[in-house]
Amino acid sequence: MQETIKRKPKRKGKKIPFAYYMMVVPIGILFFIFHTIPFLRGVFYSFTDWSGYGTWKFVGLKNYLYMFGNSNITHAYWFTFKFALFATILVNAIALAIAVGLNGKIKYQNFLKAIYFLPYMLGSLIVGFVFKFIFGNLLPSLGQTLHWGFMSSNILGTTHAWIGILIMTIWQGLAFNTLIYLAGLQSVDPEIYEAAALDGVNPWQKFMRLTFPLIAPFFTINLVLSVKGYLMVFDQIMAMTNGGPGNSTTSISVEIYTQGFQGSQFAIQSANAVVLFIVVLTISLIQLRVLNKREERLG
Amino acid sequence: MQANADLNNNTPAPRKSKKRKKKVNWTLTSVMMVLAIFAILGPLYITVVIALKDPSQMTNVLSLPKQIHWENFKNAWQMTNFPKMFLNTLFITVVNVIFTIFTNSMAAYVITRYRLKNKFFNMMYYYFISAMFIPFNVIMLPLVKEVSAFHMDNIIGITFLYIVFGLPQNIFLYSGFVKEIPTALEEAAEMDGAKPMQIFFKVIFPLMKPMHATVAILSFMWTWNDFLMPLVLLSNPDQQTLQLAQYVFQGQFSTQYNLAFASYVLVLLPVLIMYVFFQKYIIAGVTSGSVK
Repeated sequence: MQETIKRKPKRKGKKIPFAYYMMVVPIGILFFIFHTIPFLRGVFYSFTDWSGYGTWKFVGLKNYLYMFGNSNITHAYWFTFKFALFATILVNAIALAIAVGLNGKIKYQNFLKAIYFLPYMLGSLIVGFVFKFIFGNLLPSLGQTLHWGFMSSNILGTTHAWIGILIMTIWQGLAFNTLIYLAGLQSVDPEIYEAAALDGVNPWQKFMRLTFPLIAPFFTINLVLSVKGYLMVFDQIMAMTNGGPGNSTTSISVEIYTQGFQGSQFAIQSANAVVLFIVVLTISLIQLRVLNKREERLG
Repeated sequence: MQANADLNNNTPAPRKSKKRKKKVNWTLTSVMMVLAIFAILGPLYITVVIALKDPSQMTNVLSLPKQIHWENFKNAWQMTNFPKMFLNTLFITVVNVIFTIFTNSMAAYVITRYRLKNKFFNMMYYYFISAMFIPFNVIMLPLVKEVSAFHMDNIIGITFLYIVFGLPQNIFLYSGFVKEIPTALEEAAEMDGAKPMQIFFKVIFPLMKPMHATVAILSFMWTWNDFLMPLVLLSNPDQQTLQLAQYVFQGQFSTQYNLAFASYVLVLLPVLIMYVFFQKYIIAGVTSGSVK
């Protein structure tokens, strides 16, 4: 990128006024103190046995090895990956369908767009509480009156609790992804479709061969942000199940929070946080690489 | 949602008349409408009707209240210490938005303008951008230790952290925008003898207005709805936010659903009112923040 933009040579040797440094350096130092140092300290603690206070000593990779043998932590990873995978696929598939619908020849388009985006505005903790009531009280009583067995108990108290959390997450997550897909669809020049209509292309072919490649960059944005967000899932779990029943819906973030602060696993959960960081970083980079390559091929 | 009407003005007049000729797809319109009403507005309807009822009317949860119990709001207001929590949240949000816009845009401007000429600013750029890959959840354990050592586990401390933690994303957003601003204006101001600060605040800062709107909206939404950061940093009951207070009071509501839902409505209402008035700008802001 640096090479493509040519600068006037006369500027090359010119010294940058001190004032410009003052516009960046102070806030850069604050960021270093409150963001980078905690990050580095977390990495450091992950190699110690510190419990959050008192004395400590180095233990090498012991915390990392412990993590793999601890069924609570391995289960948190299993749950989080499963949740992130289903949430990402379902949110993006449904959001894309809604966006295509909103982009059709419909009336009240802006009103409908505003309604579908509304859940984005609401805090996921409160939405979680509302859905907890829906799953815990409303649906069971409805299921009992209708004698529908599968609906007459609170799903959040069963081994399928994660599906309840997934439904709530989809309800809220659709808002943002739909908006992005709609922006993508609206950026497509309608004349391309007119040309395709002449060639006698059916709607499905039109979508797969024309629309989808054109909105591929929007697909990349949504996919990367979804995966990253859902791997961090926290608020709605605290609201709906508190990680239960048992530890069946304990995500990685919930595990770090509960065991790191309330339990005595400060160092072990520091190691957990480091692993979570590596996971998020790796998945995001792979996604960006793969999806960008595909965009190039499609484009 | 009156603002809707003038959004249509974006489309140029000739195309509009051409579009008019095409028939409205009423089947699709109905499907989208029904889905919006039941799937999206349904849960909100449930929230509001429960908040307006008393326990005796809860046998049929979905029915409209026969008698409206406004006192639920009064009780929830007192029980959750709403005014205090509201002011705390408002303080964090407003101060964060104002300071974020000034400090983050300034840093982003300098970094973007000089990173191609100067190694230091280029390094700063990559430093902030790579920090985007470090989620808050990863640093929260050591951060809490650090924050309590600095005695920053209060409203002012958390506000300060929001301003600093927004930097990576905001530098990313502003930098894409600054690249598009031609340098001629600054060069002219420099010739006239303007100082760097004057150049930034008089020439560049006003030009960044569209991106200020996006950053303001995203910062607002982040701080107003954030739960995790207040949860781990704010322990003093006087120093809590609306979201945190809701979590803390869950136990006290127990099965008093009407009170609990009245209190949810109180928390959701400010954001909903804002959305009704500014939805056009909010939707445009969020879109331009994610799509370049």
